[in-house]
Amino acid sequence: MANTLIEAKNLKKYFSTPRGMLHAVDDVSFKIEQGTTMGVVGESGCGKSTLGRTMIHLLESTDGKILFKDRDVTKVNKKELIKLREEMQIIFQDPFSSLNPRMSVRETVIEPLLLAKRYSKAEAGQKAEEIMSTVGLDERLWNAYPHELDGGRRQRIGIARAIALDPSFIVCDEPVSALDVSIQAQVLNLLQDLQEQKNLTYMFITHDLSVVRHISQNICVMYLGQLVETSPSKELFKAPLHPYTKALLSAVPSTDIRHKKQRILLQGELVSPVDPKPGCRFAARCNHACERCHEPQKLEEVSPGHFVSCCRVKELN
Amino acid sequence: MSAAKNVKKQKKNESMMKLTMRRLFRNKTAMLGLTILVVLLLIAILGPLIAPYSDIEQDLMNCYGLPSLQHPFGTDELGRDILSRLIIGSRASLEIGLVSIAGSAVIGIIIGCLAGYFGGTVDNVIMRFMDIFQALPPMVLAIAVCAALGPGVNNCILALIISGVPGFVRMARASVLNIRGMEYLEAATAINCSTARIIAKHILPNALSPLIVQITMGVANSILSASSMSFVGLGVQPPNPEWGAMLSAGRNFIRNYPHMVIFPGVVIMITVLALNMLGDGLRDAMDPKLKD
Repeated sequence: MANTLIEAKNLKKYFSTPRGMLHAVDDVSFKIEQGTTMGVVGESGCGKSTLGRTMIHLLESTDGKILFKDRDVTKVNKKELIKLREEMQIIFQDPFSSLNPRMSVRETVIEPLLLAKRYSKAEAGQKAEEIMSTVGLDERLWNAYPHELDGGRRQRIGIARAIALDPSFIVCDEPVSALDVSIQAQVLNLLQDLQEQKNLTYMFITHDLSVVRHISQNICVMYLGQLVETSPSKELFKAPLHPYTKALLSAVPSTDIRHKKQRILLQGELVSPVDPKPGCRFAARCNHACERCHEPQKLEEVSPGHFVSCCRVKELN
Repeated sequence: MSAAKNVKKQKKNESMMKLTMRRLFRNKTAMLGLTILVVLLLIAILGPLIAPYSDIEQDLMNCYGLPSLQHPFGTDELGRDILSRLIIGSRASLEIGLVSIAGSAVIGIIIGCLAGYFGGTVDNVIMRFMDIFQALPPMVLAIAVCAALGPGVNNCILALIISGVPGFVRMARASVLNIRGMEYLEAATAINCSTARIIAKHILPNALSPLIVQITMGVANSILSASSMSFVGLGVQPPNPEWGAMLSAGRNFIRNYPHMVIFPGVVIMITVLALNMLGDGLRDAMDPKLKD
């Protein structure tokens, strides 16, 4: 089972802005095993989506490596990229902007099949129909246009497009955060069913902790472009180690009224991700910050599979 | 599956192009516009065969003739039959109006899409070039073209194309920038769409609506500017007729002989109206959001 499908090694993605270099993803390393789901959580603007897009090469990485099936895919030529993209896909957050309003459901789903040049027109049509049924789109909707459908159905089209070429790795960029709760559950179940059937590997980006707990085996917590903690999700929810993760988890509303939770309130503002100082970026808001926090931090393994990037992790826990 | 169901399914499965055409043909306004345009084009083609009089022969005994049975649209300051001049002038006017707008629309939309899609340096370079073109008054540009290439209808069209391009570039670019941030473009990249395909399939169809309106409106302007171009030797030279030129010649006599401007004006108006009706119909037919 422990078969790493994709691995990021010191991955960096900087954007040059008029005010300086924006460190959207800074020195992030993690592994995702075949057939599992890696949840990526963090507040808005912390670089989750950038990380996802960099992983599947929609954005060129600045530095570092991405090992996909043990091959570095950060530097590939055009031909290899085309092959690579058939194996890595993305599902977007907003089902209203992720579908071309002038293309019918069928056209949207069939497009990747035709572009891959593996199928004849008739075969592609047949395959598209299969996929549309797989994701639960009624036959009567096949020739509909996106504006005629609700969010959940639109998201199903997005999923159909992503799985059309049988990829092995899919980045789900907040696929359910734009949906109603009832429909969220349907879409999540669909994603899990597909994972089981096709042995898919997901990188599931979200800011909804209950969703990530439900769907993922492992979790990465990001803060301003840095990976602060990564761990199997059960362990993370039971015993978070990094001060930021603790604060984040303490913000999850609980349904258990007997269980009084200590809410950790964070003080201060987010520091700017433009030309940040070395050291822990959370230090400015951390209750436990000390001198050493302003030196560069290292991701350390505290228990099997549980990595934390905090110099005081041992004394605090 | 029964045969009836099969037929129905095939009908629903038709391509975007066929669907657009079917919806366009069902739109009565658009069809009226198309009919008028076809009639105008037929008149332009048949021109000399159906004109009752010669277009350049003067009849100085009959100057400023009001509309009558012999001359339904009256005669002009040199006694020429206005109806005949309109019929024969339609060829030059329609050619100039339609070809120049088609030319600047095609060039402008392509350049505008590139500028909007690629952004950054490409955008900057293209837009600064367009600023230069727009800084030149169309008349000065026309004189330059005339001096370089000599007079003639074709050079007139060229001058009009050049002066029309920047407007289309700006409009297309603005339209594309609206779409640029949409996730379906990213999705298209992720499924290996080439840049050309992204622009043609995903950007253009969604950016076209405001451009169609500008295209249909542009034809009138083009016909009118062509008349001022003949002033510097570009375009149709007197005594040959052309709608815009007839309109500006009649302007001097508008107080006493309004028929000299009314008829060319009405013909230009009808042309533009027909184009607008067709254009609006086309825009609606291409929009899947409007149910049929």
